[in-house]
Amino acid sequence: MNTSALSLPATLRPRQIISWFGVAPFFLFALLFLILPTLNIVVGAFRNAQGQATLQNLGKLFSPSIQSAFWISIELSLLTAVLGCLFGFLIAAAITLGGLPRPLRNAILTFSGVASNFAGVPLAFAFIATLGRLGFVTMLLRQWFGINLYGSGFSIVSFLGLALTYLYFQIPLMVLIITPALDGLRREWREAAESLGASGFQYWRLVALPVLWPSLLGTLALLFANAFGAVATAIALTGSSLSIAPIVLFAQIRGDVLNDPHLGYAIAFAMIMLTAIANGIYILLRMRAERWVK
Amino acid sequence: MTGKRFWSWLAVTFGGLYFLLPLVGMFDFSMRMQRGAYSFEAYRVVLADPRFQQTFGYSVVLALLTIVLGILIVVPTAYFVRLRFPGLRPIIEFITLLPLVIPPIVIVFGYIRIYNTSSILPLTGSWWGTNILLLFGYVVLSLPYMYRSVDTGLRTIDIASLTEAAQSLGAGWARILTVVILPNVFVSVLSGAFLTFAIVIGEYVFAALLNVNSFGPYMVWMGGNRAYEPSALAVIAFAITWACMGLIQLFTRFSIFSIVRR
Repeated sequence: MNTSALSLPATLRPRQIISWFGVAPFFLFALLFLILPTLNIVVGAFRNAQGQATLQNLGKLFSPSIQSAFWISIELSLLTAVLGCLFGFLIAAAITLGGLPRPLRNAILTFSGVASNFAGVPLAFAFIATLGRLGFVTMLLRQWFGINLYGSGFSIVSFLGLALTYLYFQIPLMVLIITPALDGLRREWREAAESLGASGFQYWRLVALPVLWPSLLGTLALLFANAFGAVATAIALTGSSLSIAPIVLFAQIRGDVLNDPHLGYAIAFAMIMLTAIANGIYILLRMRAERWVK
Repeated sequence: MTGKRFWSWLAVTFGGLYFLLPLVGMFDFSMRMQRGAYSFEAYRVVLADPRFQQTFGYSVVLALLTIVLGILIVVPTAYFVRLRFPGLRPIIEFITLLPLVIPPIVIVFGYIRIYNTSSILPLTGSWWGTNILLLFGYVVLSLPYMYRSVDTGLRTIDIASLTEAAQSLGAGWARILTVVILPNVFVSVLSGAFLTFAIVIGEYVFAALLNVNSFGPYMVWMGGNRAYEPSALAVIAFAITWACMGLIQLFTRFSIFSIVRR
């Protein structure tokens, strides 16, 4: 190594070279197992089986079945993101500004850390055991209140059931992200508003929400992406009876349903685009939000 | 003021109901395997199932290897970037965020296309290759958490002075990293590690699409074929997640290092 170092310009001292060796594995690893595989999919979306450039694959996305799968996915992600933000905000506001005992706040934050990571297959099982046909709550409602949940058309293997399940990791994520932002609302702002005669509603509308809105919208985008990429929960819950975009892609890769890899590329590409846009919005708004929370 | 309190309690109560009922539900269901009596029968059946032991053991080993490889890749990178290439930080941060942006199912789809049996590097063609690919995939999934926690740890120590001190005492790079830097960011590394463990142990999509029989696919198989065992598995998985998060809290709060720093 030393001999090769001698032939290099003086600015590239051996020290510097060793430092490069320290970061090189990371770049190589990221290139091989993150960037190239993704690029392969993106490029594949614009090529046909013969390797020529084409937009046909993306055109196939607009076939009725694929289009409806994407719409259900988007609706599901949007609904759980909005409700997750709303309920997460209420809980975060309760534990930061609501005058609740301190231990309760810590307990809720810890639980949020657990629940936001309790996604995937076990979460689906928990909801089947709770709201499934023989689930805990289903039976409770029937025995105590005489309400027949499944008679009224509800099913855990449906859009509504999936949305209820997704909220279990969406709400805690919102609580975790928005709590620091709410902590960043200074007491002086409220006092200043009140001394100028503002009501509580006016304070929220004119001071707190304008400060918080980048955080709120940003988190909304993050939750959207979070729900959109979730596959395991949906598969464990519904098998593949509910056709949402990630499940269609899963079936496509498995080769059960369609046998056109380039359509798979196109579905994957569309998924990347949607989550990338959502995350891009999150990062942009987050940078705006950090101007206030210091 | 009392009005505000009332609404706060209401929000927390409703939240508590929503979050506790599924836990109660899965626990209740997991105890009902024997008719007419509460019992741990479902747990006994699950724990005695050789396929459980095999897939769970496999996933634990894989999670541990993911953590080790993750540390080997992330710690030197984060260290050298802070010490020598601060200009690279935005790029590295962007790359480590990518696994949160690109859905995991897309990443594994890319693996299947690039490393299939007819490619230059046919990893999916052999048992070893597939396992290595899955391991690397999990390291990718853990990058956002690993990098973030290690970088946060490095921020709190003066790595330039530590490095100079170690160098003046004659330590080489490997020694500096293992003996000086790593112990100082150990708590941060551990919190990244536990988070990684919680994510990898029940992961489904990567394993299923690479045709590996790990704990995730086993759970899904159980869900499709059994009634009470899935709930027992969910309770076990929940306990693991809870333990991982609890350990993170414990280590960050009560570690010797953070006490010294205070």
